Amino acid sequence: MRNKILRLVGGRLIAGVGVLWGAATLTFLVLYFTPGDQAQAIVGGENAAPTPEVIAQVTAEYGLDQPWYAQYLSHLGRILHGDLGTSYRLHTPVTQAIGEQAGATLELALAAAVVGLTLSTVVALATAKRRRWIRGIASGSELVIASTPSFWLGILLLTVFSFGLRLFPATGSHGLQSLVLPALALALPIAGVLGHVLREALEEVLDEPFIVSARTRGLADLTVRLRHALRHALVPLITMTGYWVGALLGGAVITETLFTRQGIGRLLLSAVNAKDLPVVLGVVLLSAGIYVLLNLVVDLLYLVIDPRLRDAPATARPAVGGAS
Amino acid sequence: MTVVTPANPAPPVSARRLRFRPGIRPGVYLAALVLFLLVLATVAPHLFTGQDPLAVDSAQTLRPPSAEHLLGTDENGRDVFSRIVFGTRTSLLLGFGAIAIALAGGGLLGVAAGLGNRFVENLIMRFSDIGLAFPELLLALVVITVAGSGTSNALIAIGVANIPNYARVVRAQTLLIRRSSYVEAAHALGLSVPRVVLRHVLPNAVKPVLILATIGVGSALVAGSALSFLGLGTPPPEPEWGSMLSTARDFISRAWWYGLFPGVAITLTVISVTVVGRALRLRSEGRTW
Repeated sequence: MRNKILRLVGGRLIAGVGVLWGAATLTFLVLYFTPGDQAQAIVGGENAAPTPEVIAQVTAEYGLDQPWYAQYLSHLGRILHGDLGTSYRLHTPVTQAIGEQAGATLELALAAAVVGLTLSTVVALATAKRRRWIRGIASGSELVIASTPSFWLGILLLTVFSFGLRLFPATGSHGLQSLVLPALALALPIAGVLGHVLREALEEVLDEPFIVSARTRGLADLTVRLRHALRHALVPLITMTGYWVGALLGGAVITETLFTRQGIGRLLLSAVNAKDLPVVLGVVLLSAGIYVLLNLVVDLLYLVIDPRLRDAPATARPAVGGAS
Repeated sequence: MTVVTPANPAPPVSARRLRFRPGIRPGVYLAALVLFLLVLATVAPHLFTGQDPLAVDSAQTLRPPSAEHLLGTDENGRDVFSRIVFGTRTSLLLGFGAIAIALAGGGLLGVAAGLGNRFVENLIMRFSDIGLAFPELLLALVVITVAGSGTSNALIAIGVANIPNYARVVRAQTLLIRRSSYVEAAHALGLSVPRVVLRHVLPNAVKPVLILATIGVGSALVAGSALSFLGLGTPPPEPEWGSMLSTARDFISRAWWYGLFPGVAITLTVISVTVVGRALRLRSEGRTW
């Protein structure tokens, strides 16, 4: 069994390196084919008026006069050494710029993940296979909340809780108070989607014979749900990890802008506006790294949750359910 | 208090599929009606409002809803209702246009991967693996950094970001159909390969994907209006729901209606599209709806 796990991890690692290599290649292609002079952009954009000597110096320094394959190799080499280039706009290393903002975004994403997962699990556990009207209300609100764009939800939260009731500050990124509304705005739409998936899975599981046998043993309804059904229903939720972490990352751009919070999202948006490619591509690489790492964790989680997979062929990975 | 559901054994598959789905049927008609009205607003916005969405009136700024201005006015005294109605076209265009691009690109790559040799298939599938590693919005932001902002670029950006998804689904469909008996029969009858692909594989691969795409339109529409909200999509003064909300953010404390109604429009549209899409999917799977 240990062998099997090692082989699985090994296979996933190779696939992950492949994805990262592809992402690095993508960033190179974007840099290489973006119209406009790269040396000019490095010096300070279209408005800067550098002397030809400065341009020549930058061109030599960044190897922009080299053939494409030499540039490609040195691009990969720099990324391998953890050098993501220098921001056109901030004139600081991209890793430093991202590193300074990472804490605030991590805080927001973690808070939203906890809220979203807890909410969807509790609601799904409480409403799956209940009376028709309870399920109707649950699935109805899931549909509405999942269809609500987070930026509008944020505006509504601001209107009610910040300007109406004056409970939470409208802007800022310091303290727990300023985290509540952004985390809710980010978490709720995701919770709607996850809740829907989890409830459908729970309803399917609760029809299984082993649930009936658990009930005939006299277990309380709550125990059956928590100890027996939830474990099975978690599999589709874990399969969707990539989806909701991606949604958190993408949503961070919107939420941080709406609530004027510090973070990678705001950094990314100002980089997009300033055509600061190294920063944009740095965030892209970061997200690819997170994705690869996460998929590895997810594959191991399957083994923890579903012991049957430990004996199955290494490729046995539950099919991705239609995420609608 | 424990509501123990009757401990009946798992019903046979057919019975489970025919399980009555409460409250869906009238909802589907309602959703279809909303979609019809939206399409009407796209084609002929004048049917719904007599007001000019761009008419500035400095005497009537940030007025609450009234008989004259049903949903109030914005910071330039423009009628919010007429801006929402006239914004339908751009907002729907973002959703449907992006999915059309994703379908075309994903369909082409997916069919190629499903029919091509192992090398082609591997190349396309690894490409889509890489694409799936990025959140939709992030990929769209890269496209916009390179190509610049604007409605059509936002549309292309979201479309491109969705291609890997559809390439996967179309490939899976193509693989299924390729091995089906009717394609084998067509081959046996001596039909040429392009003819089999065009007449038999493609139409059958497209149908389930089209249904998936219906639901995808909703999320593409949200992504499009999100780009506008970030100031990267439709530029003002042209009416678009996301960019309206972007401006409304600065007036939250003074004009609740301004931040409320454009969002209602987005959410209502997405719900309708999703409900109709789900109903189509259930029906195509032979379930009641």
